[in-house]
Amino acid sequence: MGTFHSDKGALHGMTVVVKTTGKAVYIGRCDTQTPDGIFLNDADKHEEGQDGKSNAEYLQTAAQWGHWPRIKYISIPAREISEVTRLADLKQS
Amino acid sequence: MPYPEEMVAPMRAELTDNGVEELRTADAVKQFLERNKDKSAMIVLNSVCGCAAGAARPGILLSLEGDKKPAAVGTVFAGNDTDAVAYVRSLVPQAPPSSPSVYMFKQGKPVAYVPRHVFEGGYPESVAEHLRNEYAKL
Repeated sequence: MGTFHSDKGALHGMTVVVKTTGKAVYIGRCDTQTPDGIFLNDADKHEEGQDGKSNAEYLQTAAQWGHWPRIKYISIPAREISEVTRLADLKQS
Repeated sequence: MPYPEEMVAPMRAELTDNGVEELRTADAVKQFLERNKDKSAMIVLNSVCGCAAGAARPGILLSLEGDKKPAAVGTVFAGNDTDAVAYVRSLVPQAPPSSPSVYMFKQGKPVAYVPRHVFEGGYPESVAEHLRNEYAKL
């Protein structure tokens, strides 16, 4: 289903998972996705092993319950991004 | 600051005109759950969000057309029914604030939760299917 802001990318307004080339994974509400990167509102960041949880475990918890919006706004450059998916598309185990 | 009531009234009515009980206060939520403590119950956390209009509300109503569904359905409105929303959220503290969202109860205990991201970008039919799968827990 589309949004009213066609210039912000197909994921505008949706909660997305941004996997990076490093240890970090982000979850947040996509504001804009461009060839330069992605801009998230109300985001959270998890690093592999943080709080004793793998990124996969963190994402499973978020898929079930949602994520805590600890970061108001963040920009992630395209060179650091390995994958962007909707949180809703993550299958719960 | 709450949304202007005249703005949210049609969004409330989309549910309440179709048999969903409005719960504007924490006491109303408590009484609703107490009244239905021997049955299954669902509380819809309604919102002004576009995914509530396009996916959540119509999907919820579609899901309630089936045979397997909660015995009682209530609703609170994010941003307006502040105390009622806070009370509902306190019942599932592991869930971050999310609206729209859906809480399901069996014999007064929370058994299922559907956060906002499930509704985002969805269609009424896909939302209804997701909810019907959750109704199996009731």
